[in-house]
Amino acid sequence: MITLRRLGRGRVLLWLLVAAGALTAGARFIWGLGAVTNLSDHFPWGVWIGFDVMVGVALAAGAFTLNGTVHILHLDRYHPLLRPAVLTGFLGYLMVVIALFVDLGRPWNIWHPVVMWNPHSVMFEVAWCVMLYSAILALEFGQSVLERLRLWRLLDIAQRSITPLVVAAVILSTLHQSSLGSLFLIAPGRLHPLWYTPLLPVLFFVSAVAVGLAMATIEGAVAARIFKHRFDLPLFVGLSRVTLVILSIYLGLKVIDLTVRGAWSLLLAPGVERAMFAAEVGIGVVLPLLLLSVNHYSRSAAGITMSSVLVVLGVVLNRLNVAVTGMLRGSGTMYIPAWTEILITLAIIAAGILVYLWAMEHLPIVPRQAPAGAARAE
Amino acid sequence: MSLTRRHLLKLAAAGALGVTVVGPRRATAAMTLPAATAVLVDVARCIGCRQCEGACKAYHGFPPGLSTDLAPNAFTYVQVRRLRKPLPHLTLGEGSADRRSYKVQCWNCAEPACASACPVAALRKTPEGPVTYDPYRCIGCRYCQLACPFHIPRFEWHRALPVITKCNMCAERLAKGLEPVCVSVCPAHALQFGPRRQILAEAASRIADHPDRYVPAIYGVEEVGGTSWLYVSDVPFEDLGFPVVVRQALPNYTWRVMGKIPGAVVAIGATLTAVETVIRRRMEMQRQGERERR
Repeated sequence: MITLRRLGRGRVLLWLLVAAGALTAGARFIWGLGAVTNLSDHFPWGVWIGFDVMVGVALAAGAFTLNGTVHILHLDRYHPLLRPAVLTGFLGYLMVVIALFVDLGRPWNIWHPVVMWNPHSVMFEVAWCVMLYSAILALEFGQSVLERLRLWRLLDIAQRSITPLVVAAVILSTLHQSSLGSLFLIAPGRLHPLWYTPLLPVLFFVSAVAVGLAMATIEGAVAARIFKHRFDLPLFVGLSRVTLVILSIYLGLKVIDLTVRGAWSLLLAPGVERAMFAAEVGIGVVLPLLLLSVNHYSRSAAGITMSSVLVVLGVVLNRLNVAVTGMLRGSGTMYIPAWTEILITLAIIAAGILVYLWAMEHLPIVPRQAPAGAARAE
Repeated sequence: MSLTRRHLLKLAAAGALGVTVVGPRRATAAMTLPAATAVLVDVARCIGCRQCEGACKAYHGFPPGLSTDLAPNAFTYVQVRRLRKPLPHLTLGEGSADRRSYKVQCWNCAEPACASACPVAALRKTPEGPVTYDPYRCIGCRYCQLACPFHIPRFEWHRALPVITKCNMCAERLAKGLEPVCVSVCPAHALQFGPRRQILAEAASRIADHPDRYVPAIYGVEEVGGTSWLYVSDVPFEDLGFPVVVRQALPNYTWRVMGKIPGAVVAIGATLTAVETVIRRRMEMQRQGERERR
């Protein structure tokens, strides 16, 4: 196993963050949500929903995009990227569930959607999808554990049942990635018209696919840097070509949407909305599109990593804009997250990083020296 | 709020005939039910005595006193609004020409956004009109607060075991054949409870009988698909600060997407399975071909 002395000091910091977050969460469970958040009746959802849940789910999309690539399209050369993507996907959903436990007012009832149904509710659908999809990710992630424990028979069964599981995983992901956008369709009076559009679910889904690929690339780059894995450039060039296509579709949809709704004039009105909208589309869509269109950058590790980071930034901005920035004016109130809200968010991220590092060191996540062809040989 | 005179007359006629009055789109389930009830709030008659507020607090066991906003211990309050263009008050006269007061509470919508949004059906629309809340179901996600076009539901932000709170139109009193407690104490007859059809007809006839006094609009007839609380007024609703909301029932906005899900699941599932099978077969055949060549 790889030892990481370099990360020693970093880990202490991460553990301190987790501890501070746990204390803050304790305060929240004793004195209520009002004690640690700046949320109010007019602004009921803040960064925990906007970042921890909405961004968290989006950034975990790499698991389903690569699952589809490897197990549906049978592009076996991407197999080495699959396990890292499943790991981060699984951890991402775990982090989302932890955030929900903190954010929900009555978290001990979190299981209620299982037995108390309201098929009209977008939230009901999201709850079911996240629940089932997390279970599938757990099963898939479990393969690494089975391999580590050398339970070959069980591993064999798990690998044989992968196709139906992946079909279910892609269906569930399509549904809830888009539904996180549909959540806001019921609030036409609140969400700013730069973001409020009947296309919200479509835009959320398309951007989730793009950011899933971008996350897989970043994970590859991080693994190359920290764990000294090989950065298999041709693979990532392949991914970035797809990203280029998807980003183009996304930009096209945005342009059509703004045109059809006659919303371009909204960009003339000065305000925080216009600036944030421009930042989101400029940084997250236009810039990476430009980068990936230039031959020099689209074939270099640095160029591809850079454009992936931009795509991730863009999706982070987009989800935060829909959940927070775009809701400010319509809510008629001010919301700036409390430092305790940000602390808990950071603590959850820190916990995620710690588990990720542990898993990378102790579980067979990245095939060591094994070329992609080895997995194919039967 | 742009109810035309023609529309209004149609409304009054329909009301008198006992025909269900609906917006231009379609009859909402709750409205067509004969059991549906409503409360009429007459802003012109309200004298701002706040007895409705007091009765509500006493009935629910909340601490007495005057509220300036809805809260977990204030399901209703009386809003006082300064007028830009003074108009003598119906009963209080010139002395109160510069302001109007009106009762604020949950509108108990015909097709409530909150009930549609609630993932566990803790919020429900009853056929009688009230939108009720069951804390034992609630998971505290606060999606109802986000969905409500009138910003009504309140959350107990400073409780370890919080619940959502709002006016439920005294659903348990209605079940016993009583009227909401606030209506029963109003000394100015500014509140009137009854079957929604009858209440609509009453609102229309008040406007028709005194076209010089009332603005020709009933707030709540079409707003977000119709509400159980209806307002008539002698000053424009805009001046009172009533929100401008969409005419369509808000659950339609999400149902347009949610309704497509079963079809989408089948379509995506079939496509993925087909694609996977075709590609796998092709690869198998290719491999077989290679073996044969050898």
